[in-house]
Amino acid sequence: MSQANDAAGPAASNMKPVQVKLVLLGEAAVGKSSLVLRFVNDEFQLNKEPTIGAAFLTQKCRLEDKVIKFEIWDTAGQERFHSLAPMYYRNAQAAVIVYDVTKASSLEKAKSWVKELQRQANPNIVIALTGNKVDLVANRKSRTHNDGEVDEDGEQDAQEIDEDEEDDEDYAITRQVPTEEASAYAQESGLLFFETSAKNGQGVAEVFTEIAKKIPLEHILSSSRGARAGGVNGSNGRVDLQNGANGQRLGGQQEKGGCAC
Amino acid sequence: MDEQYDVVVMGTGLTECILSGLLSIEGKKVLHMDRNDYYGGESASLNLTQLFKKFRDGDAPAAALGKDRDYNVDLIPKFMMANGELVKILTHTDVTRYLEFKQIAGSYVYRDGVIAKVPATEMEAVRSPLMGLFEKRRAKKFFEFVQNYKADDPATHSGMDINTTPMDNIYKHFGLEAGTIDFIGHALALHLEDSYLNRPAKETFDRITLYMSSMARWGKSPYLYPLYGLGELPQGFARLSAIYGGTYMLDKKVDEIVYENGKVVGVRSGDEIAKCSQVICDPSYAPEKVHTTDRVIRAICLLKGPIPNTDNVDSFQLIIPQNQVKRKNDIYIAGVSASHNVCEKNHYLAIVSTVVETANPQEEIQAGLALLGPIVDKFVQVVDISEPIKDGKDDQVFISKSYDATSHFETVCDDVKDLYKRITGNDLVLKQRLTQEEEQKEMADH
Ligand SMILES: Cc1cc2nc3c(=O)[nH]c(=O)nc-3n(C[C@H](O)[C@H](O)[C@H](O)COP(=O)(O)OP(=O)(O)OC[C@H]3O[C@@H](n4cnc5c(N)ncnc54)[C@H](O)[C@@H]3O)c2cc1C
Ligand SMILES: Nc1nc2c(ncn2[C@@H]2O[C@H](COP(=O)(O)OP(=O)(O)O)[C@@H](O)[C@H]2O)c(=O)[nH]1
Ligand SMILES: [Mg+2]
Repeated sequence: MSQANDAAGPAASNMKPVQVKLVLLGEAAVGKSSLVLRFVNDEFQLNKEPTIGAAFLTQKCRLEDKVIKFEIWDTAGQERFHSLAPMYYRNAQAAVIVYDVTKASSLEKAKSWVKELQRQANPNIVIALTGNKVDLVANRKSRTHNDGEVDEDGEQDAQEIDEDEEDDEDYAITRQVPTEEASAYAQESGLLFFETSAKNGQGVAEVFTEIAKKIPLEHILSSSRGARAGGVNGSNGRVDLQNGANGQRLGGQQEKGGCAC
Repeated sequence: MDEQYDVVVMGTGLTECILSGLLSIEGKKVLHMDRNDYYGGESASLNLTQLFKKFRDGDAPAAALGKDRDYNVDLIPKFMMANGELVKILTHTDVTRYLEFKQIAGSYVYRDGVIAKVPATEMEAVRSPLMGLFEKRRAKKFFEFVQNYKADDPATHSGMDINTTPMDNIYKHFGLEAGTIDFIGHALALHLEDSYLNRPAKETFDRITLYMSSMARWGKSPYLYPLYGLGELPQGFARLSAIYGGTYMLDKKVDEIVYENGKVVGVRSGDEIAKCSQVICDPSYAPEKVHTTDRVIRAICLLKGPIPNTDNVDSFQLIIPQNQVKRKNDIYIAGVSASHNVCEKNHYLAIVSTVVETANPQEEIQAGLALLGPIVDKFVQVVDISEPIKDGKDDQVFISKSYDATSHFETVCDDVKDLYKRITGNDLVLKQRLTQEEEQKEMADH
């Protein structure tokens, strides 16, 4: 999915990309960082410590009539103790809210993030609800049983799961969030809905493509963040410190690839 | 939190967050806590609910004020000098990538009952009512002297070594009038009071140079301001720290700093203990280890329009030099508005502040309040300016200074550097961090 795709032709590739700030939200250990890594670098690492020093990635997404450059913000782990800074989701034009299909409580947390965004964020924000780790429940469509014990802390179960991960072919893990339940919630709340696996890549590109399609371009072009790359912007007095300090800092390099849109 | 850390940081003010970020980059394991459920400590920007909780015992904000989320009300009145240290720290750590900045539109000074613009261009200077024609010529000579002074070239010294010559003598040498001296010392060098006159001139030369070079950077005024308020700055550095592995806990009560043999070994919260070998905190987390040097009054005023006689600018600094109002310390007014995303549309926020000199601080800022026009609401705070009694080397508890009465972050950066040296034993050398693209490329290559 991450091969460069210039099939959209010169029209699209000549277009100036529209920058879109996209944030990931959700309980710790649901797979937010893994989803970004899958989308941007097409890779997956089990039990990997979050990549230090890189919680801000970019990826271009080409559509027929536009090129969107996602500026993807990962939480840097600040969600673990409920300490995510408001600056994180400020001005976000898109949000991917992730839960873990094997953990019912993570959907509740996802719902509280939807509420928070509806209260605090930009009213035109495009939100995608994403149930991750479907590889773990490949053959099970809905909840079979529920042992009632849902761990508060969020990290333990993921660790346990990972240990048995290697041969999950015959190790079936219980799905705790039925597709229909989450999808119905998404529909009534006006969210895009997907189920994904960062592990095998299933559904990941679609999340970003569908968001790209739904982004209201006119809004972004007329909004503030367009002014970022250009020194003093006469009319509104914004300044770009990087540019003043070192002319070639932003946009100096060509990103590779793009999602297969 | 029952783990071993290298450093536990308490309080998420700007000083603490910068240090937390720098130490995390160096690979230190950092736990960063705050008793509040928001970032920023004394350098936070509050929404209406938080503001009313702090100043009005949690009364509900009047509906007429508008939406909670449209407010980011600074507690301290400070701007960034465009060519100052904070901008350097921001660009070197690349924390600028998380923030957007705007210029402060103008700098003003109160003189003989009128508000005058501090000239930002030669044209403005020539037209400025601040000096008469002959005085302008003398001032021009003075500024040329400052600009051309080279420490290693005695030919530029006119016989005056600025490391030893008091500033007062230099003013006298150029025959400057009292009003001009007030203007240069307070509106350009940003001295809060007049004790500098008797100190060597170098300090004041450096300050004038900083002002002029900051002014030259983007024009209009020497100041920059982050959209959504100053509270974005600590949040940006906290994010930097988190990206390099720092752990963040807000809304975390701290009960005790734990010592063994006079050295810190941990921090206790309830029955959890975070073990560590060093603690960094703001004065409020170690009240028995600090003393108060000054008190500052700050009146946060919500206005419905721009303040009179400032060309309707959306943001400004206004200085009332002490001599103008028969005080020892200047009164400062810092103004920002809805165009900085800090309050509702068409509203303005102005903070009137000064160092307290009497038993009735409210009375001391009247001259400032009187210049604002109608005030919709006012939140007044008198705060202690504290600093640590000891340098922290014995017990390894390093305490920052309170945010002082200056109008910018230069002293905050001095404190950061000083603390960094005491904590690590090394001078702070800012290394350029990789850019986002370079970082991403490195990651992909692995
Ligand atoms: C508070 C303040 C007062 C200023 N007053 C003047 C002013 O009265 N006249 C003026 O031309 N510019 C004045 N300036 C403008 C300021 O010096 C600009 O930075 C300068 O015009 C452009 O600087 P430059 O670094 O490009 O230097 P240059 O192009 O070398 O500077 C332009 C010339 O203006 C001179 N100059 C600076 N200040 C004064 C002054 N107060 N009186 C007379 N000459 C001065 C400089 O020394 C220099 O010769 C003032 C600036 C400030 C902040
Ligand atoms: N089986 C499986 N494991 C996943 C998937 N996504 C993430 N994980 C694992 O879940 C754990 C937490 O993932 P991480 O991306 O760090 O979650 P974050 O805290 O939300 O960023 C890691 O051990 C991942 O390897 C997935 O789609 N399937
Ligand atoms: Mg993560």
